[in-house]
Amino acid sequence: MAELVQQLINGLTLGGIYALIALGYTMVYGIIQLINFAHGDILMVAAYVAFFAITVLKVGVVPALVLAVVFCALLGVAIERIAYKPLRQAPRLAALITAIGVSLFLENGGLWLLGTDFRSFPPGTVNNYTYTLLGGTVRITSMQLLILALTLLVMVILQYIVHYTKVGKAMRAVAYDKEAAALMGINVDSVVSVTFALGSAFAAVAGVLWGLYYNTVHPLMGLMPGLKAFVAAVIGGIGIIPGAMAGGFFLGIIEALVSGYGSSELRDPVVFILLILVLLFRPAGLLGKDTVEKV
Amino acid sequence: MGYFRSKNIAIFLVIIGIYFAVDWLLEEGIITKFQQVNLMLLGINVILATSLNLIVGFTGQLALGHAGFMAIGAYVATIFTVKLGQPFALALAVGSLAAALAGVLIGLPTLRLRGDYLAIATLGFGEIIRGLAVNIEYVGGAAGIMGIPRLTTWPWLYAMTVLTVVAIKNFINSTHGRACLAVRENEIAAEAMGINTTYYKVLAFTLGAFFGGLAGGLYAHYFYLIQPSTFSFLRSFDILVMVVLGGMGSLTGSVIAAAAITLVNALLQDLALLRMVIYAALLVAVMIFRPQGLMGNKELTLNILRPRGGADRGIVGD
Repeated sequence: MAELVQQLINGLTLGGIYALIALGYTMVYGIIQLINFAHGDILMVAAYVAFFAITVLKVGVVPALVLAVVFCALLGVAIERIAYKPLRQAPRLAALITAIGVSLFLENGGLWLLGTDFRSFPPGTVNNYTYTLLGGTVRITSMQLLILALTLLVMVILQYIVHYTKVGKAMRAVAYDKEAAALMGINVDSVVSVTFALGSAFAAVAGVLWGLYYNTVHPLMGLMPGLKAFVAAVIGGIGIIPGAMAGGFFLGIIEALVSGYGSSELRDPVVFILLILVLLFRPAGLLGKDTVEKV
Repeated sequence: MGYFRSKNIAIFLVIIGIYFAVDWLLEEGIITKFQQVNLMLLGINVILATSLNLIVGFTGQLALGHAGFMAIGAYVATIFTVKLGQPFALALAVGSLAAALAGVLIGLPTLRLRGDYLAIATLGFGEIIRGLAVNIEYVGGAAGIMGIPRLTTWPWLYAMTVLTVVAIKNFINSTHGRACLAVRENEIAAEAMGINTTYYKVLAFTLGAFFGGLAGGLYAHYFYLIQPSTFSFLRSFDILVMVVLGGMGSLTGSVIAAAAITLVNALLQDLALLRMVIYAALLVAVMIFRPQGLMGNKELTLNILRPRGGADRGIVGD
């Protein structure tokens, strides 16, 4: 029982980070139907920005986080403007390959600039307390609590933006029908930019948390979380914001259970087998609606 | 009727000529050890790029799991030579067939998915193969298999490369190949014309997987060792880069791009990381400024040596 609770706590923590990343995937996909493969690498950039802010600029964790979020939001917008915007009318395949190109660019650029070393945050960057529950058998760290709290906060903020602000209304309109939205006087380009900025900002939060939680930063650290978060977005139903959150937590818990009761080597194959099963039986995702494609 | 046309004979002679020329250079030791490695890599890359082009370029199905098929071919062939002591030819054949079988098994369900979903499903499949290889102790787990005999020689490599390119070219020019092109151009229209789109998608996928497996078998028996990490999705992306740069739907484009990338890799050996940055930037630039790639879907044929008039005969020349 204690073991199960422990795995659930670990799973929720991991799932929270996945959910944060998955939000960016799903928002971008909802608006321009593009799998932004570079999204995972934004996470890596954020972790490095925070790392250098803490080690070189000697600032605290909170300013480092803010800096990373701002930097990545701008980076996300820049990537969209330079690489994706010229291809908005091009075949989907071209845009997808461009996204892969941007991802490879960020990864290899990172390896080239920063080297292949794994780096760790200096000790004492975050004060990590461990709390015990259920008579000392279950442990939860303050880091895990922070991750869960921040994840929930971001989700509430996103729900507020999407449902109660003007720009959120514009985002929903563009996702529903780009041309009609443009005819109604919505500036589609700036809505797309806002979407990329928001998505990248969430990925940045996830990246800093990931770096602190596992206490390593590496130029390829964004690869696997990015891929897994995409799987989470697909499982939840891509383009659906609550779906990305549900998918993220679902995937995190599955991973924790597989590592806890099976072997951690089996974690990745299980995730991808799950992805293929979902795609086969519910291609629209667990929360998605089936749509019939019209000719 | 057309098998002995002068052009076919000329191509045949050129193919034979290249073989003996390189063979002589190898015998005389003019090609250094380092160049020899790259020569082998070039052939393997040509096989990988042309076979992926069949799936992505000619049939229009974006698959990101080619390294998975390569892994199956490599592992199965290696099991046959190293663990079971079977001859190389049999091992290569069984490895390729195993990859083709995986192609059918993974293609049948996933090829119903479109575009992005197919891409991500095949990517997932490639990662599953890699994950399984890590978890199976029989094939060495994460450490892989070491001490594979070097059985891939120049005659083997050259024969297999030529076989792959000729087989894929003939497939594309056949009825089945035309059906694949129709699926790429417009799946719904193709279906309305009575083409069984699923059948042709799976067929192209299986053929591509077969040759991907062949490349894997050749790779394993040249480089002594195989590890699951050799076949990560980054390798699938590498192969995709060759296809895209060469032109999706151009076999000669794939051959040229595979050769060019292998050569540039060899020349810029010292700039290993910067090289990859340049590739990535190049990939994005090509997509923005020339989305059809170097060759588009045109082929480099002997027709360009002739006066104008015969040059624009269908998609793949003849």
